[in-house]
Amino acid sequence: MADISFVRTESHPDLPPPKSETGILAWLRQNLFSGWLNTLLTLSAIYLLYKILPPFLDWAIFSADLSGKTYEDCTSGGACWAMIRVRFDQFMYGFYPEAERWRVNLGFLLLFGTGIPLLIEGVPGKKYLAIFVFLLFPPIAFVLFYGGLGLPVVDTAQWGGLMLTMVLATVTIIVSLPLGIVFALGRRSNMPIVRMVCICFIELWRGVPLITVLFMGSVMLPLFLPPGTNFDKILRTLIVMAFFAAAYMAEVVRGGLQAIPKGQFEAAQAMGLSYWKLMGLIVLPQALKIVIPGIVNTFIGLFKDTTLVLVIGLFDFLSIIQAATTHKNWLGTSTEGYVFAACIYFIFCFGMSRYRITLERRLDTGHRN
Amino acid sequence: MKIKTIIAAVATTTAMLTIAGAANAGILDDVKKKGFLQCGVNTGLTGFSAPNDKGKWEGFDVDFCRAMSAAIFGSPDKVKYTPLTSKERFTALQSGEIDVLARNTTWTFTRDVNLGLEFIGSNYTDGQGFMVRKNLGVKSAKELDGASVCIQTGTTTELNLADFFRSNSMKFKSVVFEKADEIRAAYDAGRCDVYTTDRSGLAAQRSLLKKPDDHVVLPEVVSKEPLGPVVRHGQSEWGDVARWTLFALIVSEELGVTSANADQMKSSKNPEVLRLLGVEGKMGEQLGVRQGWAYQIVKTVGNYGEVYERHVGVNTPLKLERGINQQWSKGGLLYAPPFR
Repeated sequence: MADISFVRTESHPDLPPPKSETGILAWLRQNLFSGWLNTLLTLSAIYLLYKILPPFLDWAIFSADLSGKTYEDCTSGGACWAMIRVRFDQFMYGFYPEAERWRVNLGFLLLFGTGIPLLIEGVPGKKYLAIFVFLLFPPIAFVLFYGGLGLPVVDTAQWGGLMLTMVLATVTIIVSLPLGIVFALGRRSNMPIVRMVCICFIELWRGVPLITVLFMGSVMLPLFLPPGTNFDKILRTLIVMAFFAAAYMAEVVRGGLQAIPKGQFEAAQAMGLSYWKLMGLIVLPQALKIVIPGIVNTFIGLFKDTTLVLVIGLFDFLSIIQAATTHKNWLGTSTEGYVFAACIYFIFCFGMSRYRITLERRLDTGHRN
Repeated sequence: MKIKTIIAAVATTTAMLTIAGAANAGILDDVKKKGFLQCGVNTGLTGFSAPNDKGKWEGFDVDFCRAMSAAIFGSPDKVKYTPLTSKERFTALQSGEIDVLARNTTWTFTRDVNLGLEFIGSNYTDGQGFMVRKNLGVKSAKELDGASVCIQTGTTTELNLADFFRSNSMKFKSVVFEKADEIRAAYDAGRCDVYTTDRSGLAAQRSLLKKPDDHVVLPEVVSKEPLGPVVRHGQSEWGDVARWTLFALIVSEELGVTSANADQMKSSKNPEVLRLLGVEGKMGEQLGVRQGWAYQIVKTVGNYGEVYERHVGVNTPLKLERGINQQWSKGGLLYAPPFR
């Protein structure tokens, strides 16, 4: 009798998943129409987009004007991007003299050229880059931006636009992080005087709105100084903003310090580590890693807070746009200005946010549950 | 003992510094020495002060600074501008950060007397007005009972409005906004019947409405807003330079001297023109500036009328008629003492 039993020797090739589980249709069903509530939300979102998007695109792109010298040249009824085009350099450099603008470019090129490799993993020679960025770059930038050593002096009153925003943000960020760590450590110190001083500093700066502090720096301070002393307005603003940011940073870092289990401190002490080694080698690396989202959040907040300097008459990126739209040639272009400002601020803040995600992934050593 | 010495030293130094500040005789000399005029202007007000495409400041108030620079240095460009917000302006003047404030500042009793400031005159007289749609058929602000009014928050406009309606026993509903752009958009969209602010502002905003001709500015002016340049108290010589700069601008228009004909007018038959232009007399010396200072003002900046037409007049987007900012001889408020 012939052996009719059949034993399959190789596995059957995988069948494609059913039609309803793949392709666009399945994706749509799973993500947009999975229940009556989601279907309703999807439909209303589509309706809203249908209502908003075409007029916006028409305004921003299809019937927009790109060229022209005044608002009156913008005749097609859409956005008047000509304003941004004509004023672009002013938005970037403020009133910085045209002939000296290469100095600003060079300064930021140096910062980004050395700063960005510092942030990327696996770049060799980071130690030297860090020394350059944190120790050598500040005086170089000062000479480049302000003048001296043969370069003509550009008064800080002429600084403005995106350049001023960047100066304010970079300096505050670079100063506030180390200062904030110091205050956070001080607040958790066992020495009563140090602790009291730190608590007072933090609570004082945190308890006052930034706008008040800026007013104090720009309006009240000159009245207390002897007549004739002219304390640079941008320097006053920088100091005030750095202190303000440091107070917030200290609280963020303190959150990280408190999250480290006591066992870590005790183990380190049992190993005979001194206070600074304990903090520098064991506690801070772990604590700072935990609070990266908080730190970046503070940075983003800070970057946007720089716009508040418009209340003290400094022309940062936003206020120089506002000033441009009050000129008689460009009256009526404020929407264009604000849309442009929103785009630029979004690019910077989104960039910082994305970098935070990369950083968190890189430093992730698995404390997550 | 030691502490006492230190306290005494500190006190003496402070006193000396204060005296030095007070005895710091003339701003005019200081300005001449440093070679430029530090002028406080608005951070951005259409027609009055705004940076142009090249980053140079332009406007009606800015031209006052330029005129002072022309009087002192013979060139209108020796000015450094300090853009100031409304909250900073007086401190900047009191602390000596700026030499003169030309920032559409309303001349009031308290400011003149209490704040230690000296208003040197009014270079633009404004007043709060009302704008409505033509199809409402309203001819006077007194017919506005029960209207909804769009206003900017935190300004004297708000108080003037309340006063006006209360004194005429009328009611209104205020719709409050933060920025002029928002008010215009809301008014244009019909969210309120009336738009109120200074009449120069109304004119500027009206030109930006979708159909400017459908709107009308009512004749009532419910407040007095004499806007003028300001200097510090107790600086009479410096105040004179500022005041007579303003008068030179006004008088040159009255006498028909313009930037175009200033050179021909030097051979005029009118003795006042000759004194004004520095051909006769020693007015420059007496004022402490160069001879022919007023000639420099008119030649490089223009007379009052030219400045007005250039920045806010009917050919600009603001389209402001001269109104009360007209020579006294034509029924306006501009009146300068004689140059003799």
